[in-house]
Amino acid sequence: MEILIIITIFFYMLSTAGYFAYLFLQKNYLQKAGFYLISVAFLCHTASICYAFFQSGHFPVNNLHQTLSMAGWTIAGVFLIIQYSFHLKILGIFAAPLVTLIVVIAARLPSAPHQADSVLNSIWLVAHVITIFMGNASFALACGVGFLYLVQEHTIKSKNHGFFFKRLPSLELLDITGYACIVAGFTMLTLGLITGFIYAKSVWGRFWSWDPKEVWSGITWLLYAALLHQRLTVGWRGRRAAIWAIIGFAVVLFTFFGVNFLLQGHHGVFTKL
Amino acid sequence: MLEIVLLGLNHKTAPVELRECLALSIDETSKVLKVFQESPVISEAVLVSTCNRVEILMTTEDKSDAVRAVKMFLAEFKKLPASEFEKSLYIHKGDDAVRHVFRVASSLDSMVVGEPQILGQMKEAYKMATLKKTSGVILNKLLHRTFFVAKRVRSETGIGDHAVSISYAAIELGRKIFGTFEGKKVLLIGAGEMAELAVEHLMRNKAVDILVANRTFENGVKLAKKFKGEAIRFEEITDSLPHVDIVISSTGSTDYVVTRKQVKAIIRRRRNRPIFFIDIAVPRDIDPEINRLTNSYVYDIDDLKGVIDESIENRNKEAIKGERIVDEAVIGFRQWYDNLDVVPTIVALRNKMDAIAKAEIKKTLHSLEHLSDDDRQAIARMISAMINKILHDPTLLLKSNGYHQNKSGYIDITRKLFKLDE
Repeated sequence: MEILIIITIFFYMLSTAGYFAYLFLQKNYLQKAGFYLISVAFLCHTASICYAFFQSGHFPVNNLHQTLSMAGWTIAGVFLIIQYSFHLKILGIFAAPLVTLIVVIAARLPSAPHQADSVLNSIWLVAHVITIFMGNASFALACGVGFLYLVQEHTIKSKNHGFFFKRLPSLELLDITGYACIVAGFTMLTLGLITGFIYAKSVWGRFWSWDPKEVWSGITWLLYAALLHQRLTVGWRGRRAAIWAIIGFAVVLFTFFGVNFLLQGHHGVFTKL
Repeated sequence: MLEIVLLGLNHKTAPVELRECLALSIDETSKVLKVFQESPVISEAVLVSTCNRVEILMTTEDKSDAVRAVKMFLAEFKKLPASEFEKSLYIHKGDDAVRHVFRVASSLDSMVVGEPQILGQMKEAYKMATLKKTSGVILNKLLHRTFFVAKRVRSETGIGDHAVSISYAAIELGRKIFGTFEGKKVLLIGAGEMAELAVEHLMRNKAVDILVANRTFENGVKLAKKFKGEAIRFEEITDSLPHVDIVISSTGSTDYVVTRKQVKAIIRRRRNRPIFFIDIAVPRDIDPEINRLTNSYVYDIDDLKGVIDESIENRNKEAIKGERIVDEAVIGFRQWYDNLDVVPTIVALRNKMDAIAKAEIKKTLHSLEHLSDDDRQAIARMISAMINKILHDPTLLLKSNGYHQNKSGYIDITRKLFKLDE
């Protein structure tokens, strides 16, 4: 089990190295290597999560170690999908190190699960966790793409083409990819909230209980809804969309961690050390 | 032993007037090659003539005779006293000649480093030489190696990256904004060579709908016809701005033709789609303040020149890597060339036979334990004698001097037949 995690981390690190080498040397095979390496890492990671699942008999989001590992896994998965459909070669420079960092932090946290709670065994809960995590992973990538957009826009506007100009793709591609990430993330978040409501109803008897996590999830949802609305009606794109993608992800991070650490609520168990 | 000799002149050594005088058309090239073929001092020849250079690459037994013959012939053929061009000529031999050919083909010696045409021109020149059968074993190998080196330099260094012309630099910028030009609308304001070149580039990259605005409507109509576009009146520019993606401006106007106010007003109507202004005019046509508006980008001629300077600097940096690849290749070629010498070939052939014999004797004697030492030595002697007899005639042939023109060919075939280059 331990060895599987070590192999996973090893491949994530190799992939990160591949993408960094690609950034500097601009050789296509490096980017391809990075992509294959992260794919392998993702498979190993999948295996280790499945193992944890069968061993404990419930969905492995029972402490901060498992939750982070799951977050890294979904980011890697969503990245593979986005990369496959948009060929945004440079995105790996954001995704690979992020996943590596998350998985390394996860590996350093105590991994003993808390007492298995029967609460964690509903199909709705599994659906809720998976969709929410995929949504968050998409938002993370949207944030990364938004960041790349701002860098590239700056090089073009300042007319000072340095290191990044030829290394980053066109603004159009970055914008479209970021938009796709946000649409995907928003869809997943919506599904996640719905399954969450159903689950809450089945366990606590009510859909909404003004739990801080719920409130902040609602805020996140509204924020992305506003962003999408503005894009569809008045064409918010480019720089403004990129900035909002970054702000949006900051809110996501707060909803994900901040609420658990700073506020109280019934999601606390997932981030217990 | 044949020697590789190159003599020529290029944009660095000869002024354009002289290059014009000495440049050879295709017909002339084939005539000259024919004359070289008949010359007793020149064994092989390839002739490259472009607007920037004339290069004569040849192999010869006697360098000074060959050079003198070529100079005399050129003077006569072009009706120009040799003293006129002698000072501009450079003459390289051996490794230097090889390096020069590699550098020329890799575009390291070009006026604009990294320009791609020269390789094609050299391929044409070589094709001509093979058609006229003036290229032999050595030059065939050299030219094939040259094309390989040039390809390597191009793919392994960034020597061909980065635009070095105004219109091309503008297109490259547009690519970083729009990704592709497919379906993009272009507005051309005014006229001018650079602006029109940029429009042509865009059309080749699938931009659709070219609008042309000109102060004189008739001129606009003419230009629009050329681009299969549509002419609009100068006053209609503002109305067209919400629909176009790329504006190329090149007018003689002293005021801004497009102002910040105009663009700011249409951003919302454009639903924030990016718009790219290429301002080739001096004084400028496009208000530079537009660059500060969201999703609007303005590049004027100085900005584009800045991009080009940067590109040239980058290409020169990449050229250093190219030189390294060339140096490596020169060493590689030298090894092949040295092996074309008779003695090493004969030695290698002998060594190979001896090694085979030794191995086989060992194998056979191993199972013939009952033989005495004398018997064993007799067998060894017999085999050694066989090798001598077998190699006698080939050695004589390779050493003889009666096969001047083709000696390197025989040696090359010998090396290939017996796989001596491994």
